[in-house]
Amino acid sequence: MIREFTCIICPNGCEIQAEIHDNVLVSMTGHTCPKGEAYVKQELTDPRRNIATSVLVKGGELPLASVRLTSPIPKDQIFAAMEIIKSISLTAPVQAGTILLKNILGYDSDVIVTKTVNAAYDVAPATL
Amino acid sequence: MEKKDVVIVGGGPAGLAAAVELYKKGIRNILILEREHHLGGILRQCIHDGFGLSRFQTTLSGPEYAGRFMKEVMDCQIPFQTDTTVLDISSNKLVTAVSRDGLVQYEAKAVILAMGCRERTRGALGIPGERPAGVFTAGVAQAYMNLYNRMPAKEVVILGSGDIGMIMARRLTLEGAHVQAVFEVQPIPSGLPRNIEQCLNDYGIPLYLNHTITKIHGSSRLTGVTVSQVDSSLKPIPGTEKEYACDTLILSVGLIPENELSIDAGVTLDPRTKGAVVDEHFQTNVEGIFAAGNVLHVHDLVDFVSMEAEKLADSAASYVSNGTLPDCPIEITTDSRIGHTIPQKVSGAQDFQLSLRVRSLIKNCRIVVRQNGQEIASKRMKKALPAEMIQLTVKADSILSLDKLEVNVE
Repeated sequence: MIREFTCIICPNGCEIQAEIHDNVLVSMTGHTCPKGEAYVKQELTDPRRNIATSVLVKGGELPLASVRLTSPIPKDQIFAAMEIIKSISLTAPVQAGTILLKNILGYDSDVIVTKTVNAAYDVAPATL
Repeated sequence: MEKKDVVIVGGGPAGLAAAVELYKKGIRNILILEREHHLGGILRQCIHDGFGLSRFQTTLSGPEYAGRFMKEVMDCQIPFQTDTTVLDISSNKLVTAVSRDGLVQYEAKAVILAMGCRERTRGALGIPGERPAGVFTAGVAQAYMNLYNRMPAKEVVILGSGDIGMIMARRLTLEGAHVQAVFEVQPIPSGLPRNIEQCLNDYGIPLYLNHTITKIHGSSRLTGVTVSQVDSSLKPIPGTEKEYACDTLILSVGLIPENELSIDAGVTLDPRTKGAVVDEHFQTNVEGIFAAGNVLHVHDLVDFVSMEAEKLADSAASYVSNGTLPDCPIEITTDSRIGHTIPQKVSGAQDFQLSLRVRSLIKNCRIVVRQNGQEIASKRMKKALPAEMIQLTVKADSILSLDKLEVNVE
């Protein structure tokens, strides 16, 4: 069976035609780097995605700090991960790079803050 | 009035990258002017990942990508002023801005235009119908959700297959909204293939090509839209109308470089890009005024914005130090299948990178640069898409005269 994939690893978005027998990759064309092959193999056995969202921040100059996962998790676990992340709330200041939760849902993936949010009172003056 | 070597208008990815690179080249009397309260520009609300693969060889979210440049700006103590809106740039590089401190003016040796772009709106499309609340551009919906913690939608229809629209389809779905479909008037998607896969297909959101919205319904809040198929000249086909009940319409129908200030400064714009006409130094027709990033031409990837701004900064540094840059008398022309090129003029004295877009999908082609019929550079493309900016390098030693360069698809 020939199955088509659009590789999502980089913006090139290679269109890959893969020949598959019993869910095993036999041959493939269209990819332009080894990541394409790894992507197709992963898609066949355990498709994974990263997600980005935000968590609430109390007392911050912004109401939200953006977060993401440090590595992709199984696609069908995305909404479960969203529920867990939604229950987290932080108090400013919050530093980008802070790990909020290790091994979400037991996977080798952490929830990491991607935006620094200062406390509301230490907002930098307009001129520096 | 303060004197500056370089005033940078805009503290987004282009402005930040230019500032850091100028600093590295020894130009220290710099000032970044930013109208928002924070540096970082639009990246602050682009919380999804996928940025940085070309520039940093790793995948980052928008805030992290901007954060890397902001850290360098802080570490180098490059001066910046936020909450400051530039009101005017004159052709002799007098920059007038307003902040809480009042009106300020700077006399600059060089000005870098880094104002980015704006979204095309409903008004620009002229969609008939009522004018209810609930019609947002994708970037506005993104700001509501990712900056202000406001959920703008429950039942959603998206018009336009731009990248931000598709990214918002996923974001809205993750936050519990129902995205019914994305409609695209063109026969091919305008966003990147990877976003169709990971933002639409992953969540079972259908994409309908050759469709557009022909009526908007609702008095106070949007209640629905009428969708029609279009023919090959993009005209709605009568009898194909279908109603979709929704409370929110998201528009992702294109970006337009933001050049009001450039026009005031006497900068000539290219009607194709709606950005400045520039040479290989990213200098506009006004000596000492430079432009890079989305204010020059809309990019699909921020990495290319940063890298373009860094190249600009190298030239601007040389301009500040030497007071002049080499002439660029060689014009670049294109055939009708190419939308535009950046730069539009070159000197022939140094290698340069040509950025361009094709107007429609072309399979198995070559992009060829010729001078007097002689091929001087080319790039083979398995598939050239309007959604993807194409770049190729042209070597100086292949340019043999001051005659124009022709760029063709073959």
